[in-house]
Amino acid sequence: MSWFKRNENENEIETTSEKNVRTEGLWTKCDSCNQTIWKADLESNLNVCPKCGKHFKLSAKARIDSLLEPGYRLIDTDLRSTDPLNFTDLKPYKARLKKAQRDTGMNDAILTALGNLGPHAIVLSAMEYAFIGGSMGAVVGETISRAADHSLETRHPLVIIATSGGARMMEGIVSLMQLPKISARLALMDDAKVPYISVLTDPTFGGVTASFAMLGDLNVAEPDALIGFAGPRVIEQTIRQKLPEGFQRSEFLLEHGMLDAVVPRRELKQYLIRALDFMQPGSVALHPVGQNSAGSS
Amino acid sequence: MMAENSADNRTETPAETLSVAWQKTELARHPKRPYPMEFIQSLFTDFSEIHGDRSFADDLAMACGMARFHDEPVMVIANVKGRTTKEKVARNFGMPNPEGYRKALRAMKFAEKFGRPVFTFIDLIGANPGLGAEERGQAEAIARNLREMARLRVPILATITGEGGSGGALALAVADRVLMLENAVYSVISPEACASIMWRDASKRALAAEALRTNSESVLRLGCVDAIVPEPQGGAQNDPELAIKFLDEALQQHLSELKKLATDELVRCRILKFRNMARFFTEG
Repeated sequence: MSWFKRNENENEIETTSEKNVRTEGLWTKCDSCNQTIWKADLESNLNVCPKCGKHFKLSAKARIDSLLEPGYRLIDTDLRSTDPLNFTDLKPYKARLKKAQRDTGMNDAILTALGNLGPHAIVLSAMEYAFIGGSMGAVVGETISRAADHSLETRHPLVIIATSGGARMMEGIVSLMQLPKISARLALMDDAKVPYISVLTDPTFGGVTASFAMLGDLNVAEPDALIGFAGPRVIEQTIRQKLPEGFQRSEFLLEHGMLDAVVPRRELKQYLIRALDFMQPGSVALHPVGQNSAGSS
Repeated sequence: MMAENSADNRTETPAETLSVAWQKTELARHPKRPYPMEFIQSLFTDFSEIHGDRSFADDLAMACGMARFHDEPVMVIANVKGRTTKEKVARNFGMPNPEGYRKALRAMKFAEKFGRPVFTFIDLIGANPGLGAEERGQAEAIARNLREMARLRVPILATITGEGGSGGALALAVADRVLMLENAVYSVISPEACASIMWRDASKRALAAEALRTNSESVLRLGCVDAIVPEPQGGAQNDPELAIKFLDEALQQHLSELKKLATDELVRCRILKFRNMARFFTEG
């Protein structure tokens, strides 16, 4: 029996928004430099540690906000998986989907936006790691294919921000077939000379790396992101030796010729604008701003 | 999307002998089952192998060559596992390195240049979880094959003869016709790897095989392959000659259908097929 017993509910303040007034939530510790950071500082710095530059994960919505001008429009947000295999492991896939939908407020691991990136009208798809590890099933495959179709129709460049554990194994062979589906769209875009830039962020693995993430006209990554096909744990178990320091990090991929550039998050927007200036010399009309705007309130 | 090559030697538990899905997996991996090169030796004549990716190495887990199919010059590409232990090691248990996928693509481009159809034969547990494979861009190599096969301007016929293991299989399977032998499996991940991730216990492989629905009938029902090629009673290993005859008939039929299409139409249909495949979602 303790002298002071904390009432379980005493400090709980019912809030519907993410922000609440509890002081414990205001500070966080950077797991890279071990310094204490004020959360507001971290958030205003696009989730990059202001002390050491470590890039923390950023939600799909925050990614889009960080790149597109206000007034962009989200599309294809209401697609939902039908659980084609009726898959159950320790937990039914349907229950995993429901939980992920509740936790993220999204229907699957992807958001597509039509908007303006500086002077360029683009189609931007961003993956959401918090939704079942950003895994790719039929919904992600369809949403990205539609984004590519939209680019093909309008000739607006496509930018995809990848973060994913790979194909969603709960959709079995259906998830595998999303790879050729998207890659075939990218073949059409390549033929039509519509620009496509792939941005790889921490982590990007499996069927996502082995399809659209490595097929950009430019493939760029954020610093220190873990990127590969097979996961490091699987490789270690298979070859039975410790992996070298920095293995499968962005800088490792750059050194081995797999990336065009490693670009810090703060510089990404300017980098993309310059790249699109190069690839898209002719002017393309900007997206109209202000109508039907689902973004950036 | 990862492979595990050490698990298939473990002995079966009683529960596994009762699992239909697991028995199918075992049959697809049967040590006496004809391998792609054995099918090729009987289905084709004048096989002349071509080697190397012109960039790094010649991958022994992947074989490519010019050959004739009922007298017609064609390109043949196959996974090679090896039978003896020594051969298996030399061929990395059939798991290609990036140079294998790049060699295969070089062979396909060569066939395209001279207007020859491409036949691929797939039998591998999965892509290669190795240090060098990552260093040399295994993901990029697979991705490039997917994109380039989608727009290759000659007919492509892929046959999964045994195991169709994830991205490694797909790198040869973006085809006008994807056929599966009756007892072959096609999966996004091996049952062992799936079990160790989802059940945190590799011995739950029979449950994983069940859940993944990797057998030919399920894969066809999900619309992820075009046709199933029947096998002799009990499996191809019981009567390899008959298995080869069935496959020969199927390939002849599909090739003749594809040759009726003009090149633009062929490529358009292939891309459209993959666009409309595996669309399992609701909207609104």
